Amino acid sequence: MKVRIKFAKEGVMKFIGHLDIMRYFQKAIRRAEIDIAFSEGFSPHMIMSFASPLGVGTTSTGEYFDIELRTPVSSAEAVKRLNAVMADGMRVLSFRQVADGKSSNAMAIVAAAEYTVHFRDGYAPADGWQEKLAEFAKLSEIKVLKKTKKNEVETNIRPMIYELSTDKDQIHMLLASGSAANLKPDLVMSAFADYLETELPEIALLVHRNELYADIGTDGQRRLVSLEDLGEEITLS
Amino acid sequence: MRKLALTDEILLKIDKPSRYIGNEINSVTKDPSKVDIRFAMCFPDVYEIGMSHLGIQILYDMFNRMDDVWCERVYSPWMDLDAIMREQKIPLFALESQDPIKDFDFLGITIQYEMCYTNILQVLDLSGIPLKAADRDWSVPIVIGGGPCSYNPEPLADFFDLFYIGEGEMVYRPLLDLYKCCRAEGKSRREFLIAAASIPGIYVPMLYDVTYREDGTIEKFFPLVDGIPSTIEKQVVMDFSQTTYPEAPVVPYIKATQDRVVLEIQRGCIRGCRFCQAGMIYRPTREKNTEELKRLAAEMLKNTGHEEISLSSLSSSDFTGLEDLISYLIEECKKKNINISLPSLRIDAFSLDVMSKVQDVRKSSLTFAPEAGSQRLRDVINKGLTEEVILKGAGEAFEGGWNKVKLYFMLGLPTETEEDRKEIAHLAEKIAKRYYEIPKDQRNGKCQINVSTSFFVPKPFTPFQWAPMCTKDDFLGRAKTVNHEIKEQLNRKSISYRWHEADVTVLEGFFARGDRKVAEVILDAYRHGAIYDAWSETFSNEIWMDSIQRCGLDLDFYTTRERAEDEIFPWDFIGIGVTKKFLHREWERALRAEVTPNCRQNCSGCGAKCYGGGVCYEGTN
Repeated sequence: MKVRIKFAKEGVMKFIGHLDIMRYFQKAIRRAEIDIAFSEGFSPHMIMSFASPLGVGTTSTGEYFDIELRTPVSSAEAVKRLNAVMADGMRVLSFRQVADGKSSNAMAIVAAAEYTVHFRDGYAPADGWQEKLAEFAKLSEIKVLKKTKKNEVETNIRPMIYELSTDKDQIHMLLASGSAANLKPDLVMSAFADYLETELPEIALLVHRNELYADIGTDGQRRLVSLEDLGEEITLS
Repeated sequence: MRKLALTDEILLKIDKPSRYIGNEINSVTKDPSKVDIRFAMCFPDVYEIGMSHLGIQILYDMFNRMDDVWCERVYSPWMDLDAIMREQKIPLFALESQDPIKDFDFLGITIQYEMCYTNILQVLDLSGIPLKAADRDWSVPIVIGGGPCSYNPEPLADFFDLFYIGEGEMVYRPLLDLYKCCRAEGKSRREFLIAAASIPGIYVPMLYDVTYREDGTIEKFFPLVDGIPSTIEKQVVMDFSQTTYPEAPVVPYIKATQDRVVLEIQRGCIRGCRFCQAGMIYRPTREKNTEELKRLAAEMLKNTGHEEISLSSLSSSDFTGLEDLISYLIEECKKKNINISLPSLRIDAFSLDVMSKVQDVRKSSLTFAPEAGSQRLRDVINKGLTEEVILKGAGEAFEGGWNKVKLYFMLGLPTETEEDRKEIAHLAEKIAKRYYEIPKDQRNGKCQINVSTSFFVPKPFTPFQWAPMCTKDDFLGRAKTVNHEIKEQLNRKSISYRWHEADVTVLEGFFARGDRKVAEVILDAYRHGAIYDAWSETFSNEIWMDSIQRCGLDLDFYTTRERAEDEIFPWDFIGIGVTKKFLHREWERALRAEVTPNCRQNCSGCGAKCYGGGVCYEGTN
């Protein structure tokens, strides 16, 4: 049975890197005595795949990984058992069955990510930046230098920004995410800083990821659903 | 949400911020207003190293089981954070509460190896604790040292208020009770220390003094205060099966060196290798009950979620319940896909069978530690491993599919000759030859024999404590001989050779048998930038050589000098059960290349029988 786990990573846990979070969950699953399936071979490893790595320093309430179960367990029971062994700052939000097969893998289907961005105290741009951001969001083209492995290329990131708006002091973004197109909120913000003709150090931003989405639209029409919504609650009779 | 001692700005700038945030699974948080004693337990090296240490996990668990104590952890900040903390004057803090160490009641520091001495000063310095015990008052914690290096605490005497000699499970409770009582009664720090000096195993360096002869050796070591003991007796757990053990050890986020459940199966060693300090100071050998070990293993695996378990002891093959324990572990771990790692096993039919079950033969390597190349020299060091046994074990292993062998030796052992050194190369060659005796179609490609040598450091409380040590150049010359001999051999392409840094070894020897005068050198070197000396990227031999000269000490006095039988050693005031008379008898037997049987074959009267238990009384009840 293939299961998708949604979790939150907040507080001091934002300092734990992606690889260590993977190790953390491997151990947590053992502590919670979830009967997970292992790969074959001399040194079997847990069948577990994460949707999208989260950078150190970013918090989230919308992280995902998929596992394969050897023995089924109800969603309610699994969430309870996992949360009983979580570290402070980590919470398991849901545990749902998803369709079998590689094509449904969390990592493969991620298409967009939703973020909330704050400025740290003392780092906000001059007053009126919200209006400027609304103007910025209306641009038809936003060119940035994007670093690749070999060099820097000028890219238009505007098509990868699906939503960009403000609510008082916070910025809301829905960005392309995944293997086809991937845009990070700090790159949007540095383009915005350029637009404001100001400097914005990396430390200025507090970034929170709210959700990861898959695109189930057909004929080129984008239709986003959260990865969680693709799964179903497991109830054992 | 927990508040951290470091800002996001700092944490996002430094390497591995998770070293400093605490919050690990099974770490303990208490309400500070509901405890009487705040204890900070320190391993003076970087987090990943310190978190791998079993002793701290044992004591952390023991203290936190006490309702009136909150024990937290602290490690050396890495160089990047060290610089920031000094620049921004951020005081060193404990991981759990993130509170400054300076506000704690106790700072306990485990001293596992000599090359961490400057990191002890780093920890004190960053905490804002005066480096010298004599300059401290009640505004700073009591600084207490323990661990193997505290068996010669003298080079560190100036920096510690107390040393705890022996196994930590024993007398902390009376010490903490005394502390609470003294604080409640408004006693001075000195009054507390004088009272503490009467607790068995507790050494208060400032209450003792030393006089020296003209030749620099010790004339007299004596208490400065009436009523305190002149000999400090090491503390030993005799009820080893029932003693406290962490059933839920702390699980780090970043990969620590020891990222697994560690199950201590026995303490002490029956073997009596003459270079080995652990083999003497942890006498008598005590085993843990096998059923209790099975229970602990299951409990620890469940509570940590670790995917690997390792047995810990000085010589696992000597543990009498080994077969029973291992077959239980193999069965249990197979069900749960947990790996078993078995260090310190003698290579024989039994261990090869076990290893083929728990590891991938093609990837793993066999380890032999003959320590010396020739049989004569192995007899000198009382390492009861023969060439016949090694070749037989290697042969069986090769036939079982293994093709990698690690061989560990020491160079610079007492009485060692050119021929002994060449025998290291010859032994490796014989093992390679044994491999190529297997028909080509039945073996697994080339064999890979990795020879590595460390340089011998004479340690206190060993039969070799009287022995001279080599100079740096002498060490390197010896390694060159081995290297040259290996390169001359037929199977040289199957043998690789590595040797240790010689200058670090010489300093280790300087500290290991150092006296109180050495403290000045450590302080001077630290002030001139020495830190993280156990790390090659930060170690600077030049700083140390300059400091030794500035302080007017003679390195050779501590290292290359052969000691007379009646010399008073800096560590002689410590009683470890094993007598100096026995150690000297062993030194004389070593020089005659006479082997001494192990504790199970025949009691050699070392003195450890005085503790009333362990291997000394096996089969007598």
